[in-house]
Amino acid sequence: MTKHNNIPKREIVLELKDLHKSFGDNHVLNGFNMQLFQGENLVIMGKSGSGKSVMIKCLVGLLEADSGTISVMHNDITKLNQEALDILRADIGFLFQGSALYDSMTVRENLEFPLRRHTKKFGEHIDTETLVVEALENVGLAHAIDLMPSELSGGMKRRVALARTLILQPKIILYDEPTSGLDPITAKEIIILMQDIQKKYGTSSLIITHDVDCARVISDRMILLIDGIDYAVGTYAELSASTDPKIKAFFKH
Amino acid sequence: MSALNSIKTQLKTFLIEIGELSLFTGRYFREALKRPFELKELLRQCYNMGNRSLLLVAITGFIIGLVLTLQTRPTLMEFGAVSWMPSMVSISIVREIGPIITALVCAGRIGSGIGAELGSMRVTEQIDAMEVSGTNPFKYLVVTRVLAVTLMLPLLVIIGDGIAIFGSFLVENIKGNVSFMLYFNQVFDALEFGDVIPATIKSFFFGLAIGIVGCFKGYNCEKGTEGVGKAANSAVVFTSLLLFIIDFIAVFVTDIFYDL
Repeated sequence: MTKHNNIPKREIVLELKDLHKSFGDNHVLNGFNMQLFQGENLVIMGKSGSGKSVMIKCLVGLLEADSGTISVMHNDITKLNQEALDILRADIGFLFQGSALYDSMTVRENLEFPLRRHTKKFGEHIDTETLVVEALENVGLAHAIDLMPSELSGGMKRRVALARTLILQPKIILYDEPTSGLDPITAKEIIILMQDIQKKYGTSSLIITHDVDCARVISDRMILLIDGIDYAVGTYAELSASTDPKIKAFFKH
Repeated sequence: MSALNSIKTQLKTFLIEIGELSLFTGRYFREALKRPFELKELLRQCYNMGNRSLLLVAITGFIIGLVLTLQTRPTLMEFGAVSWMPSMVSISIVREIGPIITALVCAGRIGSGIGAELGSMRVTEQIDAMEVSGTNPFKYLVVTRVLAVTLMLPLLVIIGDGIAIFGSFLVENIKGNVSFMLYFNQVFDALEFGDVIPATIKSFFFGLAIGIVGCFKGYNCEKGTEGVGKAANSAVVFTSLLLFIIDFIAVFVTDIFYDL
């Protein structure tokens, strides 16, 4: 098993310890461990159905883990009440696999929606319009502000979803398959956008993917999720050079 | 043996669903009393549900009034009791036919719409997206919709009743040359608060049932497009059954009060 020890010691913003999650007899996570450092891009790779999305949903409290600890910015989310969890969620951005834009709302309303509950974060005199325009400019879609989600292409939807994630100025961004379903050119654009955001805002990113190219370009570190555990941890170079057949299988083209 | 097992499994599934529906209803009442009250979304839902169902309720009511009068008229004429037509039609429509027909129409129109809309939002992770943005999706989506349909249904029933009675008047006017004033004087002479109030109270419960079941089915929708279809379909089937059960209970309770 490859373990990476060359990461400079930085603040841990997100940590999972011995996470277990089962659905009936299907044991999806069997003691998964993970640490995400401040400003780091951590990629988690695994086969379809390996529990990547389950893990990320446990992280934000959408699913309840059977056991284990989930620490987000030193808060154990399993012990938080709903109000405290909602406040903490303002610091965690989540980009969904299918974008998850509210299809009965315009792009502007989609971006305004998360601001309704987090006005305290921006002070009393929140300038919603400026925040919305700024977030859309960050993803190059200021012109689409009054369009409906049904009028957007797949790539545009993903960008708007990213803008909606950014509007609360999160410290951590969770990406669930950010490039899935996109053509290679659009996928590359999204990856560049993710890198730009990371540089501009210094966010920490956890990226769930099975796109090896995406992982190669964006990852500082990778974790391979196999059999419900953190099977291997390391940089892309380290893992792609591994002789372990289970690890090698991920890097075959 | 396998048939017995199948019945057991179906009964177990049904009872589990009833239990989950009860918990869902309990959560609705708890959340409805908490802040924030999402008034803007509530008004939007009231407008959508009322406005979009109005034409359907109006057409259905009008046809019911026409048909009821046309079919009853020959029998009443045979007994020389055709002058009882306004009383008979208005009481039967206000007490029973108006509320139940309007509720069934709305179960198809509003209940299935809510089931499909929330189901589709569940499948496309829009509900999860609301939750991770710190908004309570149950309060924003479920409470507003259930409250809207609960408030709108009695209004739709009153409008539907009025249009049905007007439809009945048209038949009487054409066939019996009865004037508007004479017909409606008899209608209001026959109707009492004891007819209108129980029917209105019953309509609130019909609205609550349509909203709760539609939201329950949509909110707990299974993954995939098939799940959305199932949610919409079972919302209508389950609600229709529930409407008749509520109607039976309402009539039974009203009857007790009449006896007192």
